[in-house]
Amino acid sequence: MRYAILLLGAPYSSQASHSALRFAQALVARGHRLEAVFFYHDGVQNAARLMSPPQDEPHLADVWRRLHAEHSVALLVCIATALRRGLLDEKEAARHGKLGHSVAAPFELTGLGQLIDLGLSCDRLVTFAP
Amino acid sequence: MNNLSGPVSELLVILRHAPHGSSWLREGLDAALVAAAFGRRVSLLFMGEGVTALCRHQGPGPLGQKGTAATLEMLEMYDIDSLWVEMAALERLGLYTEDLMLPTQPVSSDQLAAMVAAAPLVLTF
Repeated sequence: MRYAILLLGAPYSSQASHSALRFAQALVARGHRLEAVFFYHDGVQNAARLMSPPQDEPHLADVWRRLHAEHSVALLVCIATALRRGLLDEKEAARHGKLGHSVAAPFELTGLGQLIDLGLSCDRLVTFAP
Repeated sequence: MNNLSGPVSELLVILRHAPHGSSWLREGLDAALVAAAFGRRVSLLFMGEGVTALCRHQGPGPLGQKGTAATLEMLEMYDIDSLWVEMAALERLGLYTEDLMLPTQPVSSDQLAAMVAAAPLVLTF
């Protein structure tokens, strides 16, 4: 089956990100296709480039990146929600006159329309909320 | 199921949070508006505290939040006219459909399950 995940919870604040990751790993292990993870609401914090958790905790952004590298899962971040929360890629940082950027590939800033398309084109869209 | 007739929506957005105090409601409405702007048929279901979004005479929140009343008033422009409210939530909060700022249809618990089952895509906020 073709799946997509909608993640609404911030990393380390609630279980949502951890559960979404485990679900994602289980999907690909079972041979399903995970098209994309869409980060919305506080879930956009998962894309924070400078995330630096203690070494004895999972590095969530790195695990998302690995999922992208190994299984070509698109990592889509709602742009309007991300900008409000200080998550800007290089292009947006330049556009808003900010020093430095806080989002980098393979995370992509994109519009909410992508979420709707994903939801309607995949067999299942599974939401993880705090 | 009675009372659930009308054009079938492609997207059912369920709103379960109050309009002030968090961004849940606003971000849920944003998803509905974007879907409608892309030509999708959208239904909104207000559940639990989400029904308070429909109370009349709401201003912006005191904490710099814009509130959602202005967005709700724009729904018609986006052709979102399929609005549903959870009957049990209205009763619990002592509200009547006449108290609400937009025409809505009440949904019983049984109908609720059928609505969710019938929608091709459900987003819950």
